[in-house]
Amino acid sequence: MSAPLPPSQFALRSRLLHWLMAAMILTMLFIGIAMVASLAEYHRLVAIHRPLGIAVLVLAIIRLINRKFTTLPPFPPTMSASERKIATVSEYMLYALMLGQPLVGWAMLSAGHYPVVLFGAVYLPPILPANPILYAVLRETHTILAFLFFALILAHISAVLFHTWMIRDRLLDRMALWPTRRIK
Amino acid sequence: MVALRSRASITKNNLKISKKIYVAAHSRSPAGDDAGSGLTPIVESVGQNGLIGARQGGHTGVMSQPAWALRLGVIAALVGSLAILFGYAGGWLSPHRLTPARFADGFEQVSGQHPGFRRNHSKGVGVAGYFESNGRGAEFSKARVFQQGRVPILGRFSLGGGMPNVADAPQTVRGFGICFQLSGAHEWRTAMVNFPVFPFRTPQAFYENLLASAPDPATGKPDPQKMRAFLDAHPESAAALKIIAARKIDSGFENSEFNSLNTFRFTDEKGKETWARWSVVPANPEGTNAQPPSQTDQNYLFDSLIAAVHRQPLQWRLVLTIGEPGDPTDDATLPWPPDRKSVEVGMLVVDHIESDDTSPARDLNFDPLILPDGISPSDDPLLSARSAVYSQSFTRREGESKSPSPVSREETDQ
Repeated sequence: MSAPLPPSQFALRSRLLHWLMAAMILTMLFIGIAMVASLAEYHRLVAIHRPLGIAVLVLAIIRLINRKFTTLPPFPPTMSASERKIATVSEYMLYALMLGQPLVGWAMLSAGHYPVVLFGAVYLPPILPANPILYAVLRETHTILAFLFFALILAHISAVLFHTWMIRDRLLDRMALWPTRRIK
Repeated sequence: MVALRSRASITKNNLKISKKIYVAAHSRSPAGDDAGSGLTPIVESVGQNGLIGARQGGHTGVMSQPAWALRLGVIAALVGSLAILFGYAGGWLSPHRLTPARFADGFEQVSGQHPGFRRNHSKGVGVAGYFESNGRGAEFSKARVFQQGRVPILGRFSLGGGMPNVADAPQTVRGFGICFQLSGAHEWRTAMVNFPVFPFRTPQAFYENLLASAPDPATGKPDPQKMRAFLDAHPESAAALKIIAARKIDSGFENSEFNSLNTFRFTDEKGKETWARWSVVPANPEGTNAQPPSQTDQNYLFDSLIAAVHRQPLQWRLVLTIGEPGDPTDDATLPWPPDRKSVEVGMLVVDHIESDDTSPARDLNFDPLILPDGISPSDDPLLSARSAVYSQSFTRREGESKSPSPVSREETDQ
């Protein structure tokens, strides 16, 4: 115990952000897929989707800044070099989607000449000029990114659970909301 | 590090290899370089003893093959159910659910494919002008549009139906979409028609009628038996259609009255709520043309409107009808009693007309739920459905190549 040990868990701030955003993003993905397939609930769901999406964007920026200023726990030794590479790449893809997907949504509404209303009298300015082709491309992109996002999240969950339950290396402990024992 | 790299990876993609057993000697080296810890692979066939080892650290020991399979099954079940739930929410598991996409498909099925055009109210013309608010609407809604002053408008007159080349006919439902161009949450869009009530109470009824009214391939006309069956199943539509049939048909767009049909909730500065419907009533109900337009021309209604706008700006009074307790708010097939208070809140002036080919109104979705702060939807089931299907139609047509509008620039520029 003489040598300084790296943290065994992510910082509490990081863990809170992770789980808060996990819940928000999964909710967003389900609202998104449900609203485009619903007549009766379309309006109610869209009214949640827009502000929640912007909240994800704001939290993603906070999260990236937070990440810059915290020490990350190392990967457990049970992860091979290639697994580490995959984990790192998919992590960056998730960050890119957390920022990109709300921005595409905002840009898409702007290009479609829609007002970007969050709630009540609160709204955002357009970030693109109204343009039909731009709208069509961004609308399609929004769908593709949503599926990619969902697939990545499923892969992320599968990988962490596989490590935690099959390899039993307690990988999930790094992100647990409660303090955990250091892996001996 | 060498030991680590040489290990076959334990990944979910490689379950067979991962069944080899790895035992950690002591995982953390004194320097804290956990990446380089001495893991020693012990290659062992699982089949021989049915036990699978785990990495040491906390829970040590081996797992029996059934336990291993059970855990793997739980992971697969968890992730699989998330995926299935996602598919269910997206409507893929319920092929008969009426979705916005299937609604738009219905229009395409009945009217044919007309890329670049709206799926309904395909034939139309863009207009612009302004709304001169007299300030009286502020008594009911805090919406900025009702404060005294002038707001620019963008609009579109249209004929109902999904065929852009249809010949103008007096009975065809006429539409008037307006966008009150205020910024963000103060913008207001409305899509009205010249019917006194709406023929359908629910989106499902609308869709059933849409399919029932599809022309029979044999006769080229709707099958009267299907229409009768629809009306038998929907007495509210039969009643509404009687009211619609009894209306006075105005000679042109320029002297037609247009109605919101659906009910909306108005909220004033103090939070007081009022149910309201609205209409735009022509200032000159006789029309401004010297003689009624000839009905022989394919575009006679549009040409008459174009001529009227070129002659002088056209005016409509925007009139709110204030609901009273007990008035239906969720049923657009029912008229409100005629003695309801009506309040004129300003004058709409249309002084510019432009073909769909160049008008910005073509690429505007007159979504009836783009409402300003101060107006919100009622519980009418048509509203959310209209919003959803308009959006679907908008998304489809914006991505398609455009064909020239039947109401051409040559006509609107005359």
